[in-house]
Amino acid sequence: MAFRNYILVCGGTACESSKANAIYEALLAECKAQGVADEVQVLKTGCFGFCEQGPIVKILPEDSFYVQIKPEDAKELIAEHVVKGREVKRLLYTKDCGRKHARVEDIEFYQKQFRIVLRNCGFIDPENIEEYIAREGYVALEKVLFEMSSDDVIAELRTAGLRGRGGAGFPTWMKWNFTRQAESDQKFIVVNADEGDPGAYMDRSTLEGDPHSVLEAMIIAGKTVGSNQGYIYIRAEYPLAIKRLEIAMAQAREMGLLGKNILGSGFDFDIEIRLGAGAFVCGEETALLASIEGKRGMPVPRPPFPAVKGLWGKPTVINNVETWANIAMIIVKGGDWFSRIGTADSSGTKVFALTGKIRNSGLVEVPMGTTLREIIYDIGGGIADGKEFKAVQTGGPSGGVITKEYLDTPIDFGSLTKLGSMMGSGGMIIMDEDDCIVDVAKFYLNFSVDESCGKCSPCRIGGRSLANLLEKISKGNGELADLDQMIEIGEAMKKASLCALGQTAPNPILSSLHYFRDEYLAHIVDKKCPAGKCKSLISYNILPDKCIGCTACARKCPVAAISGERREVHVIDQAACIKCGVCFETCKFGAIEVR
Amino acid sequence: MTHLATAEASKTAPPEHEMKMEDVVPVINDIIERYRGTKGALIPVLQSTQNLLGHLPKEMLIHISEQLDIPYSEVAGVVTFYSFFTTTPRGKHTIRVCLGTACYVRGGKEVLEAISKELHIEVGQTTEDRQFSLEIGRCFGACGLAPVVMIDDMVFQRVKPSRIKQLLEPYYDTTQEGEDDGERE
Repeated sequence: MAFRNYILVCGGTACESSKANAIYEALLAECKAQGVADEVQVLKTGCFGFCEQGPIVKILPEDSFYVQIKPEDAKELIAEHVVKGREVKRLLYTKDCGRKHARVEDIEFYQKQFRIVLRNCGFIDPENIEEYIAREGYVALEKVLFEMSSDDVIAELRTAGLRGRGGAGFPTWMKWNFTRQAESDQKFIVVNADEGDPGAYMDRSTLEGDPHSVLEAMIIAGKTVGSNQGYIYIRAEYPLAIKRLEIAMAQAREMGLLGKNILGSGFDFDIEIRLGAGAFVCGEETALLASIEGKRGMPVPRPPFPAVKGLWGKPTVINNVETWANIAMIIVKGGDWFSRIGTADSSGTKVFALTGKIRNSGLVEVPMGTTLREIIYDIGGGIADGKEFKAVQTGGPSGGVITKEYLDTPIDFGSLTKLGSMMGSGGMIIMDEDDCIVDVAKFYLNFSVDESCGKCSPCRIGGRSLANLLEKISKGNGELADLDQMIEIGEAMKKASLCALGQTAPNPILSSLHYFRDEYLAHIVDKKCPAGKCKSLISYNILPDKCIGCTACARKCPVAAISGERREVHVIDQAACIKCGVCFETCKFGAIEVR
Repeated sequence: MTHLATAEASKTAPPEHEMKMEDVVPVINDIIERYRGTKGALIPVLQSTQNLLGHLPKEMLIHISEQLDIPYSEVAGVVTFYSFFTTTPRGKHTIRVCLGTACYVRGGKEVLEAISKELHIEVGQTTEDRQFSLEIGRCFGACGLAPVVMIDDMVFQRVKPSRIKQLLEPYYDTTQEGEDDGERE
């Protein structure tokens, strides 16, 4: 039955946390109350990607893009848009120019995007397998079960040129082929959904918005390499993704797409979910496998690679979520089609979590070879609050900073590594003039130090030593010799650490030292933090000509360091001040200055 | 097969009334039975246990070690390795301040400091009245709304250090008003 209108409510984590559920319920209730329940279908979908504007509601077929919706808006949306056929102008997405955008394709945020991985996110109800099937879902599986040989599948992946999206970019067909060729009574398929980069959530959104795309790919891999058992290792912090995976698995099983004798082909495959227990290092494949085995998640030296000797010593294909989400489309549309997207060396697309000081935060998928400038300025809308762009960090704690001069670099696996950063899993954090590069380097390094498993000494001791040096610099006690020492330690860690965590942990320091040496020198020589972030090097002061004596800051100060009579200029007691910045944030008159 | 821990871990809020050891042993034994023969059962069993008890007391770890026939040293090794596991009792409410990069550059650290100061506890600690435990989180996937704080399973967006008192207000246990009022002010 066709409906007059389809109302899609974004059910990604960000929108759910802004009452998307209540909006969904309110829309359903209003449809009933206004007598259009039979003519309208209200759906909760996966992430639309444009998180900055959430919660988002899209109404089809007009493709009207309503943003920052509240449950109270439901009545008007149904009464106006659905019943009277008039768009609710005040809720439509408005760009800076003031023009109202009725249609999604008019929105710059989406214009340069190309969606393969996120093809269904925001279009289908992830809790209904039929919607996935309606969009060519499980077509690839059918092809693989009945028409293609294992050789054909691997050849197709080889033509496609798909490389691992977890960070390292290893060719996927080679991994699969190693496992296929390995002789063993048992083989395993593993999904790495232990997304650990603090600031990346593409895997989570993919699983929340389109869980079947990953399940289908796992079964395809099982058939191709000869495995009957798959595991999805996912962070326990992703309850919504876990719930949707469970629903998807139950529905697939019911329809004969998972379990015994899939689609009558005689092929059996089943999947089990394992929850991560909060260890970043488990994103490293050998550590992840150890964790599934019920052990401490510590990496082991490779080779042997998991493809040959993985879970419980058996050959194991392990890929990350985004890699898996590409597979079915490659089988359906062909490796040739895929290889024509992106660049020669890196085909396909990449999903990035664009966050930080950017106007349009959100999840974006672009063809490889798109430049950083296009992502940041065309899609992301530039820097928030009219500030100056300072740097972009890709690759999270394993990557590095990239500066203005390199914004026209086309993004692929090779180009980012050449700049001292890396692709990583797809975190893309934008920093502006208010961000201190030493502080950010310290943040990333402390993250890696916290998460180091402690097995090998270059990572365990090297990381700690680097952290100490950075702390010393940010406290204003740094010496010039510290810089050389940091480079020396960093280089040693890169060479000698056991796994990628330790090998890449120094990257944020080495790259920021390379591009922002002056800022380190300001901390060491001038004892100043130009961005005003490093607390030991700044002080808050009240500007006498701007202070009107409203007492707001004095009332908010947690340590009572601000004194002054009503209607008179206030003063901060520097000895008592803990530099929490609450006064700065509270003052409405710009009377507090950071020096 | 989907195991029990999955469903239970979805509830981020600690149980209203944590179960007592003697009540919980039969439940844990049931869970262990479900996993008998499953490879790599230790972590799911520990996850289920912690979801019931709120934490993992030593006696329970010894019990699990005996039941699964895994040396206690190995069980303890796993428990101390993963940040999800805790051997000390938790507060009624868990506050998790996101320190993912987006939240960090948008002021997450200042929010954390303000909460820590307000509650007089550090990260990983629980208030004396066992109302609040303070933790940090690494990216909740709500970066567009940074900085983000999660209290139990509610996400609060664009939190400001100056608004922490108001944020926590609804969570204070009003039945204990008389006792903890003095400490708060």
